[in-house]
Amino acid sequence: MANVLVNAPKTAKKGEVVEIKALVMHVMETGFRAGTNGRIIPRNIIEDFTATWNDREIFRMKMSPAIAANPFVSFTAVAGESGTIAFRWTGDNGFVAEHKVSITVT
Amino acid sequence: MNRRTFLASAAAVTIAPFAARATPEDLATAIREVTGDAPLREGRVTLDVPPLVENGNTVPLTVSVDSPMTDDDHVRAIHVFNEKNPQPHVFNARLSPGNGRAVVSTRIKLADAQKVVAIAETSKGEFWTAHAEVIVTIAACVEDIT
Repeated sequence: MANVLVNAPKTAKKGEVVEIKALVMHVMETGFRAGTNGRIIPRNIIEDFTATWNDREIFRMKMSPAIAANPFVSFTAVAGESGTIAFRWTGDNGFVAEHKVSITVT
Repeated sequence: MNRRTFLASAAAVTIAPFAARATPEDLATAIREVTGDAPLREGRVTLDVPPLVENGNTVPLTVSVDSPMTDDDHVRAIHVFNEKNPQPHVFNARLSPGNGRAVVSTRIKLADAQKVVAIAETSKGEFWTAHAEVIVTIAACVEDIT
């Protein structure tokens, strides 16, 4: 399981715009670099990042090799109802990372 | 292997890695794939990226779009492209009125000093754009491990 770091508020007022930051540990190897043996290092990147709020999609991002290693993404969302924000990263070689945080909306 | 074929293959090996570079034409093609025939207008989009970066491996980038983010008028997607990395695509992010604000931040790789282009696609089918020139002193992506 990959290391994931998520920063989202634990509580929010209804209708408030909250900022959510998510980072996942990943090499994001571009597939354009040669290693010490002169051979190209095969591509290994995260292609998709999605965030859902109580199973409703709030953000989706398609990544390319031009995203830096340990991809960091920050975005905003309107606080609707209390529940769970779930994050999912998928990528090459069957890479999957998931993380969930709970938020209380008052 | 005689001298001539050796030189030819050696040249091919040296040139090959640099052939994998996007060109301004690739950038234009990638942008057209997103916008189609719709006009691309300057404005509304703010692309925040440092003008000079030391390390192209992590370049902080923020795209914010001036939009009310209501059901009838919101930003549907933010696309970011570059000019001289091996591929013109950087990312595309799908947004909805549920985001409240059209702001996305991430960190990108830049293989050379180049132009970065951000495009916002609105729910009305309009395309707004902003671009920035970035000078990079240590390149990313194509740099080999030695």
